[in-house]
Amino acid sequence: MIPPAFAYARPTGVEEAVRLLAGAGEDAKVLAGGQSLLPLLRLRLAFPELVVDVGRIPGLRGVREEGGTLVIGALTTHHAVVADPLVRRHAGLLAAATATVADPAVRHRGTLGGSLAHADPAGDLPAVALALDAELVAVGPDGRRTVPAREFFVDYLQTALRPDELLVEVRVPKTDEADGWGFHYEKFSRVAQAWAMVGVAALVRRDDGHIAQARIGLTNMGTTPLRATATEEALAGVGAAGPAGVDGVARAAQSAAEGTRPAAEPAVSAAYRAHLARTLTRRAVLAAARMG
Amino acid sequence: MSERTTEREVGRSRPRKEDARLVTGQTTWTDNIGVTGLLHLAILRSPMAHARLTRVDVSGALGRPGVVAAFTGRDLAATTASLPCAWPVTEDIVLPDHPAVAVDEVRYAGDPVAVVVARDRYAAADALEAIEVDYEPLPPVLDLEAALADGSPLVHADKGTNRSYVWPLATGEDYGAVRRRADVVLRRRYLQQRLIPNAMEPRAVVVTPLAASGEYTVYSATQIPHVLRVMLSMVTGVPEHKLRVVAPDVGGGFGSKLQVYGEEVVALDVARRLGRPVKWTESRSEGHLATHHGRGQVQDIEVAATSEGKLLGLKVDLLADMGAYLMLVTPGIPILGAFMYPAIYKMDAYEFSCTGVFTTRTPTDAYRGAGRPEATYAIERIMDELAVEVGLDPVELRRRNWIGHEEFPYTSVSGLTYDSGDYEAATDKALALFGYDELRAEQAKRTESGDPVRLGIGVSTYTEMCGLAPSRVLRDLRYAAGGWEAASIRMLPTGKVEVVTGSSPHGQGHETCWSQIAADVLGVPFEDVEVVHGDTRSAPQGMDTYGSRSLVVGGTAVHHAARKVVEKARRVAAHLLEADERDLDFADGVFSVKGSPEARRTIQEVAFETFSSHDLPDGMEPTVNAEHLVDPDNFSYPHGTHLCAVEVDTETGRTSIRSYVCVDDVGRVVNPVIVEGQVHGGLAQGIAQALYEEAVYDDEGNLVSGSLADYLVPGAPDLPEFTTDRTETPATSNPLGVKGVGEAGTIASTPAVVNAIVDALRPLGVRDVAMPCSPGRIWEALRSARAGREAQKEGRS
Repeated sequence: MIPPAFAYARPTGVEEAVRLLAGAGEDAKVLAGGQSLLPLLRLRLAFPELVVDVGRIPGLRGVREEGGTLVIGALTTHHAVVADPLVRRHAGLLAAATATVADPAVRHRGTLGGSLAHADPAGDLPAVALALDAELVAVGPDGRRTVPAREFFVDYLQTALRPDELLVEVRVPKTDEADGWGFHYEKFSRVAQAWAMVGVAALVRRDDGHIAQARIGLTNMGTTPLRATATEEALAGVGAAGPAGVDGVARAAQSAAEGTRPAAEPAVSAAYRAHLARTLTRRAVLAAARMG
Repeated sequence: MSERTTEREVGRSRPRKEDARLVTGQTTWTDNIGVTGLLHLAILRSPMAHARLTRVDVSGALGRPGVVAAFTGRDLAATTASLPCAWPVTEDIVLPDHPAVAVDEVRYAGDPVAVVVARDRYAAADALEAIEVDYEPLPPVLDLEAALADGSPLVHADKGTNRSYVWPLATGEDYGAVRRRADVVLRRRYLQQRLIPNAMEPRAVVVTPLAASGEYTVYSATQIPHVLRVMLSMVTGVPEHKLRVVAPDVGGGFGSKLQVYGEEVVALDVARRLGRPVKWTESRSEGHLATHHGRGQVQDIEVAATSEGKLLGLKVDLLADMGAYLMLVTPGIPILGAFMYPAIYKMDAYEFSCTGVFTTRTPTDAYRGAGRPEATYAIERIMDELAVEVGLDPVELRRRNWIGHEEFPYTSVSGLTYDSGDYEAATDKALALFGYDELRAEQAKRTESGDPVRLGIGVSTYTEMCGLAPSRVLRDLRYAAGGWEAASIRMLPTGKVEVVTGSSPHGQGHETCWSQIAADVLGVPFEDVEVVHGDTRSAPQGMDTYGSRSLVVGGTAVHHAARKVVEKARRVAAHLLEADERDLDFADGVFSVKGSPEARRTIQEVAFETFSSHDLPDGMEPTVNAEHLVDPDNFSYPHGTHLCAVEVDTETGRTSIRSYVCVDDVGRVVNPVIVEGQVHGGLAQGIAQALYEEAVYDDEGNLVSGSLADYLVPGAPDLPEFTTDRTETPATSNPLGVKGVGEAGTIASTPAVVNAIVDALRPLGVRDVAMPCSPGRIWEALRSARAGREAQKEGRS
C-alpha cells in the first residue's frame, strides 16, 4: 500500500497545468480529489512519473447558470453537487445519483470532473452524464474544446481527453420538473459502499399523458457507460399512467440490455447483469415517470 | 463466616473505561510505536499459488537506497525452526514443515519469499521490486474432494498425500442400527465458504533488542502474548526469560490474532541478526493473503428421524480445508465443532468424521466461533429441512427434540455435560418479540398472492461450548497446552487495586468488567481498580483470549483472587480490631466486629496497615496480595433462539432483513451494554457470512477477493435494527454464573438468515442457496428451480 515514487506538481492555473501535462506526455496523471487515483497508486496499479495536483487551481469549483444550461466546475465535490440548489432544481438526476456515490468521506473529497475523467464504467456519474446529454469542456495547449458525453467515454478507463488536456467544466442541459422531466437513479449494489453491480439513470419527459422522451444511461454494463437506446426508442409515446402504460414500460425495458457487453464476475454472470439491467430499467423509468 | 458483599457493580452497564483512550487516539497501537533507529521490514510474497523456487536473488535489493539487509527463506531457516502447530489432533497426523519464509517451494499466493529491511517503509516497499525470483509453476490444489483422489497433485510432495488427518467420533448407539429403524433419513451437503477475518487493526509487530544482554521485547498486535512468548522462544531459540512480549491495545482479532505468525518470527530473527529494532505492519490487501482465513469446509450431514420428527441419530462427514500449512490450531478448529453438531437436541446415536485436507491456499485457523458456527449452521439448516419433510413448523420440530429445562444437567450424545439452560424460555420470549404467528400469516398471504417480494422466516436455536477449556479435556484432544487462566490482585498502599489478568483483551472490555468483579468482591470503588494485562513482564502468567473464555475462566480467576485478598485482609483486620476472625463481618469493603459496628476497618485501610507492616499478626507474611489460577471443570454452554425475517425480491434476488430478534442466555451478565455490543458485532459477522463475505479464488489459485473492494464486509447501512434480549440461567460451573458471549451472535445468526431465505423461496422450488446468498446466486437458484418445474410439467404432459 505504498505508491511507487513519482514527481509531484501543484500548478496554480489551468495553463500551467496544461503545460506540465504536455511536458510529461503519457506519463502524467491528474490528481483532483484523489478518490480513484490514490488507491490505484497505493495498489501499484498505476505508475505515473508525474502527478499534477490541480486541487488548488482557482475557478474550477462551483455551479452557475448559462441560459438553459448548468455549468459545473470540474473540481466541484460530490458533496457540493448534492447540496447545490441549482443542481437540485435543474439537474435532479445528477443530485440524486451523486448522493449514492460511495460514502460521505469520499463525497467530500471526490469531484465530478475526476469521476468523469476516470471513466470507470462501474462509477455512477459517467452513465448519468450520458443520460443528461452533458458536454465536457477540456482545455489543452490549443485552447478549449467541448466534447459531448456520447463521444467522451471511449473504453475502459479511457476518455476522449488527450494526455495534455485538463477537464475544466461539465455543461448540463436543464431538465426541470416544470418542463415535464422526471428522473430516477436505480443503483443495485451488494453493500452500501460498493460500486454498482448495475445502475440505471433514467430521465423521462412526459407530455400530455405520454412519455415524450426517455434518456437512459446504464452503469457497469460494458467497458464504458452506455445508453439503452432501444428502450429509449420503444418508450416514446408510451402512456405515462395506468396499467397499459406500466405494461408499455415493462415491454420497452425488455430491450434495455441490447447492445451491452456486461462483464462476468464470480457469482455475477453476464446473463444476470443483463437481467438486472432490464428489471432495473423498468423500475427506474416507472419511478422517473412517477408511475411506480 | 459472613461473606456478604453488595453487588453494586456486576450487572451494571458501566461505560467502558478503555474507550476514552481508544476513541481519542491517545493509545499506542503497535504500528504507532517509534524507536530510535527503527528499521522496517517488507515481505515479497508469491504471486503464484504453487511453484518451485529455483532462484531467489536479493542482491538487487541490497543496492537500493535505504536498504540495510535482505534475506531469503534459506537464510532465515538457518536460525529459525518451523512455525508451530500446537494441536496435532491425531497420532498419525501429517504435519509438514512450515518455514516462516518459503525455502524451496511456495504453496499459496501470498506465501513469503524474501524479506527486505530498510530505513523507512517506502524504501523497503520499493526494494521488493529489485528481488529476482524464478518460479517453476506447479499445479494448484483447490478442490477438497479432488485433492484426496488418487493422482491429485500434492501440496507437500514429500508427504505423499493431501490428507492431513482423519478424526472420527462415534458416540451413543450404533448409528447404522439407528438409521435402519428411522422413518426418515435426510442427507444434505452444505458448504462453508472461506472467510477473511478483517480485524479493524491490521497485524503489526515491533521488536526491540537489547544486544548487550541478549534481551528482546516483542510488541505485537496479538491475542496471545503469553503463548507467543513460549512459541517464539521455541522457534527462534531466544531463551524464554530473555523475551518479553507485549500486546498493546489491539484493535480486534476474531481469532486471526490467535496465531504465531511467520512475520513475528522473522522480525525477532532480523532484530537479533542486525541488533537493531525492526517493525513490520501489514496492509489490508497483504492481510487478505497472509493472515489466516476461517471456515472452509464441505459438510455432509445426515439425520435419521421418526415420521413424527423425533431425531434418532446424526451423522456428519467433514472435509476441512487446512490451506497450505497447519498453523497454531488449524487442525483442531473443525474438531471444536465436532461436539456441537447434536446441539440442543436429544438423540440416540452420533457419528462424526473430519478429514483435514491440504490445499494451495492461505492456511485456515480460528475465526470467531471456530468450528461451532459451522456445526450450528449444518444442524440448524437440516432441522429446517426435516421440519418440511415431516410436515412440522420448524419451531415445533425443535420443541419435540430439545432438552427440557428440567433435564439439566444433561449429557449430550456427543458426551458434553450441559450444566444449565432453558431453551423453552428463550424460545418463547423470542417468538413473542418477533410476532412469529403474525409473520407466518403475512407470509402465507404473500405466497398466495404471488407477491414478487417473498417473506421468509428463519429459526436458529443454538448452544455452544465456551470457556475453553478444562485442561484434561484438552489433553484428551491432543492439544499441547492447558486451559487454565491466572489472575493476581495487588493492594497498593493507598488502597487502590491492581488486577493483573492473564487474559489479553483486544476489544472485549476486560478492564471494565474485571474492575466490576474486583470492586464487588473487595468492596472498593470501581474507579479504584486498574487492570493490568497484555505484557509478559507485568502480567507474567496467562493463556490469553479466545473461545469466549476470558470472563468464564479469567474473570473467575479474578473473583477467586479477590476472595483470597479478603481472607488475608480479614486476618489483619481482626488483629487490628482485637477480635476473632470469626467475629468479623465483611460488607461493602468494611470489616466490622459483630455486635459493635463502630469497631471497623476498611479493606483499603488494611492495605495501608499491611504496607507499613508495623502491627501484623505474628508470623504473617506482610501482604494481602493474592493470585489464583482457575482450571475449569467443564465448558460453559450459552444458548439462545434467533429469529430472522427476510424479504427476498425474486426479480433481482436481493435479500433484505426485515426484522431480527435474538434472545440469548449467556448466564449472568457482568455488564449488559458490553454484552449487547458483543451480540451486535457477532450478528453482523454471522449475517456477513450468510449474505456477503467470501474469499474467492480463481482456477489458478489466485485470491480474487484481495481487497475490501471485492471482499464485502457489511457496514451499518447494510444491517437491520436488532432486537436483542436475554434470559438468564446461571452457569453452575463457575461462581459468577457466567457463560461467555464473544461468539454467540456469530454462531446463531448465519443459519437463521439462510433458513429465512430458503423459507421464502421454498414455495418456488428452491431447497438451498449456497453462502454467501448473493442476489446473483439467489436469482440463479430461482432460475434453475423454475427450469426444473417446467421440465417436470413437460414430462407430465
